[in-house]
Amino acid sequence: MYNFEFENPSSIAEAVAALAEEEAQALGGGQTLIPTLKQRLAMPSKLVSLAGIAEMKGVSIADGMLTIGGGATHAEVAAEACPPLAALAGQIGDPAVRNRGTIGGSLANNDPAADYPAAMLALKSTIVTNNREIAGDDYFQGLFETALEEGEIITSVRCEIPEGANYQKFVQPASRFALVGVFVAKYADGVRVGVTGASEEGAFRWDEAEVALNSNFSAAALEGLALDAEGMMADIHGSKAYRAHLVGVLTKRAVSAV
Amino acid sequence: MPKDSGIGASPKRREDARFLTGTGNYTDDINLNGQAYVHFLRSDMAHGKLNGVDTSIAAEMPGVVRIFTGVDFEGVGGIPCGWQVTDRHGEVMQEPAHPVLAQGKVRHVGEAIAAVVAETPDQARNAAEAIELDIEELPAVVDMKAALAEGSTKVHDDLTSNLCYDWGFVEENKGAVDEAFANAAHVTTLELVNNRLVANPMEPRVAVGDFNRATGDSTLYTTSQNPHVIRLLMGAFVLGIPEHKLRVIAPDVGGGFGSKIFHYAEEAFCTFAAKAVNRPVKWTSSRSEAFVSDAHGRDHVTKIELALDAANNFTALRTDTHANMGAYLSTFAPSVPTWLHGTLMAGNYRTPLIYVNVKAVFTNTVPVDAYRGAGRPEATFQLERVIDKAARELGVDPIALRRQNFITEFPYATPVAVEYDTGDYNATMDKLEEIADLAGFAARRAESEAKGKLRGLGVNCYIEACGIAPSNLVGQLGARAGLYESATVRVNATGGLVVMTGSHSHGQGHETSFPQVIAEMIGIDESMVEIVHGDTANTPMGMGTYGSRSLAVGGSAMVRATEKIIAKTKKIAAHLMEAAEADIELKDGQFSVAGTDKSVAWGDVTLAAYVPHNYPLEEIEPGLEETAFYDPANFTYPAGAYACEVEVDPDTGKVSIERFAAADDFGNIVNPMIVDGQVHGGLGQGIGQALLEAAVYNDDGQLLSASFMDYAMPRADDLPFYQVDHSCQTPCTHNPLGVKGCGEAGAIGSPPAVVNAVVDALQSAGKDVTHVDMPLSPSRVWAAMQG
Ligand SMILES: Cc1cc2nc3c(=O)[nH]c(=O)nc-3n(C[C@H](O)[C@H](O)[C@H](O)COP(=O)(O)OP(=O)(O)OC[C@H]3O[C@@H](n4cnc5c(N)ncnc54)[C@H](O)[C@@H]3O)c2cc1C
Repeated sequence: MYNFEFENPSSIAEAVAALAEEEAQALGGGQTLIPTLKQRLAMPSKLVSLAGIAEMKGVSIADGMLTIGGGATHAEVAAEACPPLAALAGQIGDPAVRNRGTIGGSLANNDPAADYPAAMLALKSTIVTNNREIAGDDYFQGLFETALEEGEIITSVRCEIPEGANYQKFVQPASRFALVGVFVAKYADGVRVGVTGASEEGAFRWDEAEVALNSNFSAAALEGLALDAEGMMADIHGSKAYRAHLVGVLTKRAVSAV
Repeated sequence: MPKDSGIGASPKRREDARFLTGTGNYTDDINLNGQAYVHFLRSDMAHGKLNGVDTSIAAEMPGVVRIFTGVDFEGVGGIPCGWQVTDRHGEVMQEPAHPVLAQGKVRHVGEAIAAVVAETPDQARNAAEAIELDIEELPAVVDMKAALAEGSTKVHDDLTSNLCYDWGFVEENKGAVDEAFANAAHVTTLELVNNRLVANPMEPRVAVGDFNRATGDSTLYTTSQNPHVIRLLMGAFVLGIPEHKLRVIAPDVGGGFGSKIFHYAEEAFCTFAAKAVNRPVKWTSSRSEAFVSDAHGRDHVTKIELALDAANNFTALRTDTHANMGAYLSTFAPSVPTWLHGTLMAGNYRTPLIYVNVKAVFTNTVPVDAYRGAGRPEATFQLERVIDKAARELGVDPIALRRQNFITEFPYATPVAVEYDTGDYNATMDKLEEIADLAGFAARRAESEAKGKLRGLGVNCYIEACGIAPSNLVGQLGARAGLYESATVRVNATGGLVVMTGSHSHGQGHETSFPQVIAEMIGIDESMVEIVHGDTANTPMGMGTYGSRSLAVGGSAMVRATEKIIAKTKKIAAHLMEAAEADIELKDGQFSVAGTDKSVAWGDVTLAAYVPHNYPLEEIEPGLEETAFYDPANFTYPAGAYACEVEVDPDTGKVSIERFAAADDFGNIVNPMIVDGQVHGGLGQGIGQALLEAAVYNDDGQLLSASFMDYAMPRADDLPFYQVDHSCQTPCTHNPLGVKGCGEAGAIGSPPAVVNAVVDALQSAGKDVTHVDMPLSPSRVWAAMQG
């Protein structure tokens, strides 16, 4: 780790001000950033901790809307969010990771194997930052790429609570991140299918599956539907074809479980 | 009634109290006055010509004490190899120089090029980043067969090729073996890979070098399984320090699994640098460094053929193996694919003719050496897989085929140079069938099918050779060291004992099990016995712990020394009771005169030895301290039968282990609980190899699985509850305890059971799959199912 300054603001405004400094970086739960620093792969001049900001905490459900503070930990989401998302959060990492890591940090990082992005695409989410609201559909822009600007903070996330939903995660054997994860959410006006871990372009919505499920919400409706293996990621844990195949399997399982 | 003390009892491990409460004393806990820290600058290139190392900017960085490069080690010896293999043609193996810091070339990712000694670890690392390297990248040699092809780039320019040796065993059998294949009724052929592994002990390696300017003595604290071996290799071959001026201390060690047997460059560096900068020098490996600098394990590519006659008797076995040595020869690397592998190819079976060919190959990868089982897992895996395949091809029951070919008479001289002293393979197979409830498998398969899962059963046997071994034999086979073990038993005046053993405990529980043996022999409480190990200054020359040899060899030395103690105490007791020595009996810590009610306590006799007022001084010396060196007459041959039941998810290829049973014959058992633990740990590692673990290199020689993000270690929920049984006991005939060794069995016997089970599951669903290479990751199993 290289040396850095440390600030611990108690409001969003103070944090934004502190982050205006060049090379300053937000610190959420540190579950991605701290290992990166330890490996000397990043060299921020200053870390601005978001952990002490009360306005970024908490999980609440009101009027069909789920609101999660950007600083809420995975453990808090697992305990307090609506069941399908809670179940997803409960599968992130291990207890130590869940007690520190935050939804804001995960979404800002946008790891292609992270779990939340699949849910955010499926749950009609809005990513709320210190200066604007970004529709979930516009937020994810590829591997580790998001719509966030330099110094912008995710202060909360809003999701519309679906009639039913389910997340199916198939773990990568070593990291236990998602080798592929599929989140299916059913709303009165349609079905949404968010997929993580699979595509070279990051999390995406599987349009063909949504169309099929809109006319018949059953696993059988997905029969014969296959993603093109081209464009999928490949690594030592799974080929393109395997990932494409898993998306199909997991989508069916999620639909059956809703 | 289970015993509550002595041999056969299961007292809790006394060392665990300190390990579990954070009061252990590991090498990284050792901090010496004025200590400086070293950071190694390691190659991120697999193969390159090292044209220059510019340390001028780095040397000016804050806190830098001194920077070392290969030039500083030009007059210093290289890291030696401890075993010389002679090839099929009578030529000795090619043995490249192995410098402490790279000279002229880098040959694997992770090879140390320069070392910065600084006031703090961070300062050392900062300066290392400022070193400028001029390296010209060369094509990396990664694939073993390509490495042997005509015109391949050479890893070592001064060697004739990338072939270390071409070993044939038993070379004289080759013609007869080929003939048996020509005449066989059936031949089963299988090509397979024994996947490369990273040992990953919980404690990464650490070395602290110290030099005493007043006495000229060097001390090395190191994470080692065998401090005397390190002292010998480093002192004699690398640094030229005689044993009496060099002390090596391996305190509590957090797991080794083989990877801490070897003498590593970092140990020599810290010892050398401490003298050069006249300060203690400490290195603590990071996990990332461990992946590219600890010796790896396995990495064999094999073609095996089994010949059978019309009655399904095995008539011959032929293998062709490529064994990866990596870029340099690690301490025992050449012995693993040869003498620790070829000699076990008979397995539990009466195959009369065997020929093993092994080509050891240099590549631009981390050196490969012994890892839990070392050679025996590779032998067992291929043999038990090919037998399974043969049974399926012939449509016979795999268990029946094995039983039909079992060795049933002992001693049994195999065609591969070893003689099994005892064993009863039908007994362990019977026990396995019982504890694994094989009779209930069909019902369990039906239950799995109802859930949409494919259930498979895999059964196999294993034999291994432990307690390595008679020194004169291993000397003939190329070992450059003896393989005896030693113990000094010191009895104190008030009756307590201290055993100084050459064995080294790094998780095996010697501090608990060794006292049980002595307590049994004398009839005293185990708490009266203390075990000292790990320090060359206060233990007799010993060869350390690996190859499941501690109790069989080290324990035997301790028994021999204790026998000498008992003989002497009987003389003293005879004198005290004015009786004939031959009439003295020792029981429950009391000496008595046979046929009388005269007795004297253990403590009275030991006191007399140190306060020899009433003592036969003209006959025996005062004091009670004896040393014994024990060199065994043969290896020991633990054997057993394992069964694995898996469920395969046909949609995803995911394998889950539902049941695992192990019936082992370890001979006599000292502490059944510790033996259970050793088997459990071994099974965890074997299942890890079978399902999860793989050190994967790409064509550029980059290690793709270089962290736990990509290298999958087994976790608790990957493993089932085990049925473990070691009640089948055919005691070893040639050591005084009748013990065989249990430390590696689990890792040796379990991989074929898992793969056999998965193949069975896939075939049960009509898939034409005869083999899947380890690790059986979901993606591989799924791909195999796609055909
Ligand atoms: C062992 C382990 C296992 C894991 N397993 C999983 C898993 O199974 N699935 C999974 O999805 N993830 C997994 N993770 C990642 C984990 O979820 C992290 O917590 C998460 O990716 C980052 O969140 P954080 O709060 O820790 O962010 P940090 O590490 O503090 O920061 C990450 C990045 O986000 C930025 N940032 C942080 N908070 C905000 C914010 N509110 N607004 C804007 N930018 C911000 C930081 O500047 C940094 O660039 C695992 C991590 C570990 C260590």
